[in-house]
Amino acid sequence: MAELVVPPSGESVPFRFDAVVVGAGPAGSAAALALARAGRSVALVERGPFPGSKNVYGGVVYGRVLDPIVPRWWEEVPVERWVVRRSTMVVTGSQSLSVDYRTQTWGDAPYNGMTTLRARFDRWLADKAVEAGATLVTSTVATGLRRDARGRVAGVVTDRPDGELAASVVVACDGVNSFLAKEAGLLPRTAPEHLTLGVKEVLDLPPATIDERFGVGRTEGVDMEVLGGTGGIAGGGFLYTNTASVSVGAVLSLPQLAASGTRPEAVIAELKAHPTIEPLLRGGRLREYSAHLIPEGGYDTMPPLAADGLLVAGDAAALTLAAGIWLEGVNFAIASGWAAGQAAARALASGDCSAAGLASYRADLEGQFVLADHKRFRAAPGLVLSDRVQNRYPEMLCDLVEQLFTVANPEPKPGGWQVLRRTAARHGIPLRQLAADALRAARIFG
Amino acid sequence: MSADPSVARPLRAPVRSRHGGAVYPAQSFEERMAAVEFRVGTRPHITVDAAVCRSCTTKACVSACPADLFAPTADGGILFNYEQCFECGTCYQVCNGAGAITWTYPDGGHGVVFHHG
Ligand SMILES: Cc1cc2nc3c(=O)[nH]c(=O)nc-3n(C[C@H](O)[C@H](O)[C@H](O)COP(=O)(O)OP(=O)(O)OC[C@H]3O[C@@H](n4cnc5c(N)ncnc54)[C@H](O)[C@@H]3O)c2cc1C
Ligand code: SF4
Ligand code: SF4
Repeated sequence: MAELVVPPSGESVPFRFDAVVVGAGPAGSAAALALARAGRSVALVERGPFPGSKNVYGGVVYGRVLDPIVPRWWEEVPVERWVVRRSTMVVTGSQSLSVDYRTQTWGDAPYNGMTTLRARFDRWLADKAVEAGATLVTSTVATGLRRDARGRVAGVVTDRPDGELAASVVVACDGVNSFLAKEAGLLPRTAPEHLTLGVKEVLDLPPATIDERFGVGRTEGVDMEVLGGTGGIAGGGFLYTNTASVSVGAVLSLPQLAASGTRPEAVIAELKAHPTIEPLLRGGRLREYSAHLIPEGGYDTMPPLAADGLLVAGDAAALTLAAGIWLEGVNFAIASGWAAGQAAARALASGDCSAAGLASYRADLEGQFVLADHKRFRAAPGLVLSDRVQNRYPEMLCDLVEQLFTVANPEPKPGGWQVLRRTAARHGIPLRQLAADALRAARIFG
Repeated sequence: MSADPSVARPLRAPVRSRHGGAVYPAQSFEERMAAVEFRVGTRPHITVDAAVCRSCTTKACVSACPADLFAPTADGGILFNYEQCFECGTCYQVCNGAGAITWTYPDGGHGVVFHHG
């Protein structure tokens, strides 16, 4: 990988690039790749020792977003397993109800989702940017924005000696905590109500054991989401199969986690002990424990995406889509980074890197899934994180199905409506409320 | 990790299934964190002002920090060790005392290194 040579100390002329991209996550690497392909000089600054070393996700990457960026990406991407089964599970302490979907279509090119490890995936995408001519600068923190005499962003300050990098445009892809977007006044310093904490364990299991337990072939994988298993804290659980390990974890509302006094790893422990999940993970040895924040506020909490000399992409712009059974951030990061890099290249070509000159970035995102999906699901966080959806509906649903499937001879089977009415009453949910939420859900997701 | 006798660090109990048996072996938090690589820098990238913490009523950081780095002390303060930090940001986001936490990233190349993520 290309390395930046530090100028001899005492020299005060900063390195100059057309553009500086901060953060070699999926957003940053896509942005740097777009700029390099457009023939621009670009530095890709990453604080970790290698791209991916600071990054954590569930995770599944939905790769179709790579089609225009890396043709036939599936032939070279560091995939663990191709997801052919997707299961959404509603649980109480001792019950579970799953909707399990399987299709072999997802197991063939161009595929749908892949499990992959960030330490490998992020490095792969950063390598693409380097191959195209970007200069990757690892082990370097961008500690602040550099401004020109007129106050426009004109590069970054780094923690290297004499480490100022001058540029006409900066693309902030520095993730959920984005201190660059905060410094620019685009993001509030704290907003715990729009954040969740993701905690995760990677458990080693032999590939053959995974194949058997999850009913898949060696290259096939499973994606499971769990609702209701997070100890009363709004959020959800997840389980993904890698080649020789399983990732299991939880996503937890930050204020509710803090108020509950529950420790994050205790939530994972409870999930792992659930009677439906435990047999899948039995004997798994802890390989890695990790944690990372997720911006879940959606459309209404997004910062402005551009300022003079500055674009914001990926999690730094709160672009993760967290709407119920969808938790997608990597594809949104790649698409937004790619669009930001292209918009920056256009602005550089026209000689106008002001906010107005960079405005084609937002227009691009409006015209594709990135902002279309977010607009469509903008009301989802409120419903999905509500107490009813998080706690009361899972219990009610499991009870409902239990009554339908329990044979209580000599009593005759109850009618479906009767069971519904009885169960809703027992859980203190008026049928009116149920209908209202169903309608609301239909409006948001329909 | 900490030599302060006023700091209680309970050993986590083994996880049991509802059918009785231990599902996962008892694992101390130290063992859990030993699975993670940290390239510890010399500069504490996060500092905590225990004087502010003494008047904090929530102590939200104590239970929420996924790395369990905030230990309450007998005098109502907080003992903090930056060395095994995930750099996630949870603590400054949930902190209840203005100015209690000074939060930066570790110097380039230092801190947590995830190999799976
Ligand atoms: C538990 C969990 C589960 C998830 N599950 C999924 C999933 O299954 N599928 C999915 O698509 N998404 C998932 N996501 C969301 C996904 O991880 C993010 O949306 C995605 O990583 C965002 O990419 P990014 O490039 O914007 O930011 P990041 O991946 O966070 O990258 C930011 C980069 O910037 C670097 N950086 C930060 N500040 C600086 C600085 N000042 N100087 C230099 N470098 C800096 C960081 O080291 C990092 O490499 C999940 C997230 C979590 C936490
Ligand atoms: S929440 Fe903040 S003020 Fe309260 S104990 Fe923790 S660090 Fe101190
Ligand atoms: S950043 Fe995260 S891991 Fe580090 S001390 Fe704060 S809460 Fe704990």
